Amino acid sequence: MSSATAIAPNYELIQQDGLETSLLEVSMGPHHPSTHGVFRMDVKLDGETVVDLQPVFGYLHRNHEKLAENMSYLGSMPFTDRLDYFNSMTNNWAYALAAEKLVEIEVPERADYLRVIMAELTRLVNHVSLVGFFINDLGALGTPLLYAFREREKILDLFEQASGARMMCNYFRFGGLRNDVPEGWLDRARDVVDHFPVFLDEYEQLLCENEIILSRTQGVGCLSRDLAISAGITGPMLRASGVNYDIRKVDKYSIYDRFQFRVPYTDGNVGDCYDRFMVRMLEMRESIRILKQALDGIGDGPVLGNAPKVFKPKPAEVYGRVEAPKGELGFYLIADGTPKPYRYRVRPPSLINLTVLRDMCLGQKVADAVIILGSIDIVLGEVDR
Amino acid sequence: MTTENLNAGMDLDDNTRSELERAGVIVSQVDSLYNWARGGSVWPLTFGLACCAIEMIASATSRFDISRFGSEVFRPTPRQADLMIVSGTVTKKMAPQVVRIYNQMPEPKWVIAMGACAISGGPFKQGYNVLKGIDRYIPVDVYLPGCPPRPEAVLQSLNYLQEKIRTQDIKSDPAFTKGRRQYPVPEFTGKDLEPPYNPEVWQPPANPNDKPLEKATA
Ligand code: SF4
Repeated sequence: MSSATAIAPNYELIQQDGLETSLLEVSMGPHHPSTHGVFRMDVKLDGETVVDLQPVFGYLHRNHEKLAENMSYLGSMPFTDRLDYFNSMTNNWAYALAAEKLVEIEVPERADYLRVIMAELTRLVNHVSLVGFFINDLGALGTPLLYAFREREKILDLFEQASGARMMCNYFRFGGLRNDVPEGWLDRARDVVDHFPVFLDEYEQLLCENEIILSRTQGVGCLSRDLAISAGITGPMLRASGVNYDIRKVDKYSIYDRFQFRVPYTDGNVGDCYDRFMVRMLEMRESIRILKQALDGIGDGPVLGNAPKVFKPKPAEVYGRVEAPKGELGFYLIADGTPKPYRYRVRPPSLINLTVLRDMCLGQKVADAVIILGSIDIVLGEVDR
Repeated sequence: MTTENLNAGMDLDDNTRSELERAGVIVSQVDSLYNWARGGSVWPLTFGLACCAIEMIASATSRFDISRFGSEVFRPTPRQADLMIVSGTVTKKMAPQVVRIYNQMPEPKWVIAMGACAISGGPFKQGYNVLKGIDRYIPVDVYLPGCPPRPEAVLQSLNYLQEKIRTQDIKSDPAFTKGRRQYPVPEFTGKDLEPPYNPEVWQPPANPNDKPLEKATA
């Protein structure tokens, strides 16, 4: 085998039962059907087993933070839409929450209810599409994704009726919402919410006990409770590793203390891809519960508080965070008394959840690395910003 | 598609043609037959860059159903694809890969620049890391504005592309005369892309203030 060493001096040779192999380096991405955008993994393989993995990102770095520091506070609201482009509503909310702390605007009650409704609908959109993409990564090309997108369209229609855009809603304002929902919207929303469990039943029946899904995801990409906590993982991924932590319950921001809902989490013994998948399935049920309560409890009233015409906060530092579908999404703002933020920082859940990718992939097969990445649920707009 | 499209540009009077059709014979030019087949089976590349990619996927799902126009076969490898939908923000780190993927696609190949970002940098144009339009490096056939464009718009851009394909002439089409088009891959030099644009496909727009001055001096 000396010839092999001569060809590739950097390759480590592994001896096993008298046979030698050399490591294979594969660059997966940035153009790869399963990397969920422009993400690259430099994988070192021994046969099919991942022995090293280096995530490479920055292919979608769009200067979000720098742009925001050069425009008015409200001006960066539409840019937050494009962070995690599945969940524009929760991005808006996190930013609005941070900015509202700067000047202490009261949000009217109806606006709070609508915010909760929009955020929970967003969670449905995110989780349902994620499950579709995840199953797609497993090899079930198309069908689950088509089901998921069918439901997604119904919710996007609601967003469009309310805000005028399907994906980039730009609907939240400091102190409320841009406009009230049109007439009959709440009934249509109720209709969608009432029919969603029917679809979920079907989806669960198809997927949750599916033999192939069980054998491909169980015991794959385990994330221990301790590692999850020390790496700062949040969202469904943390809960799948057995930590009961949901910012909706911890912070009780907005009016989340008024709703009855449970936080699904596991006992933390496994924390594999299947757990992450199931936590999301269960979370959708809870979102529906919140939505039903919110749609029943919503009253009349204004949707925009008395926000100042010129947003010029006094020097201060604030951090506003929400439980976005992917985890804790936070905005850290430093105001210096001008109409522009001095520092504008995003804490993207996708990026921080991605940091444990290597730990989860080591020792797994290369085909499983794709699933593990899918189960983290990243969006590159948010990772790179 | 009807036989009308097949007979485009033929010097055959209608009577003869319908008589032939009744006998089960369709007379057509090679060009129109070929373009009809090519336009009806444009295979796009599974190539998502940013937010617009989600709407591109949505256009392939059941509600919008791009397969009505023969383009449901999304290929992950550039070697099997005809159409590259540049769906999203092209950053300076990504631009070389985009050009490289374009170079790998076999002829005939087309490009749709989807979304404001791919056309001109869109909302992120001010950014230091965003390419101000992918047409600086590769020729774009259809520009599809929007942020993001609706899935219906994706379908319409595909229709425009099909219209364009129908007018192509085998004898003069670069796909057949020149072989596979390949463009130099730009390189990121730490500050900017080198070269900043490919003069073969893109020239900076002339400054309207320049012309009268030149005339005045001449
Ligand atoms: S055009 Fe808009 S939606 Fe499309 S990639 Fe750019 S920012 Fe995203």
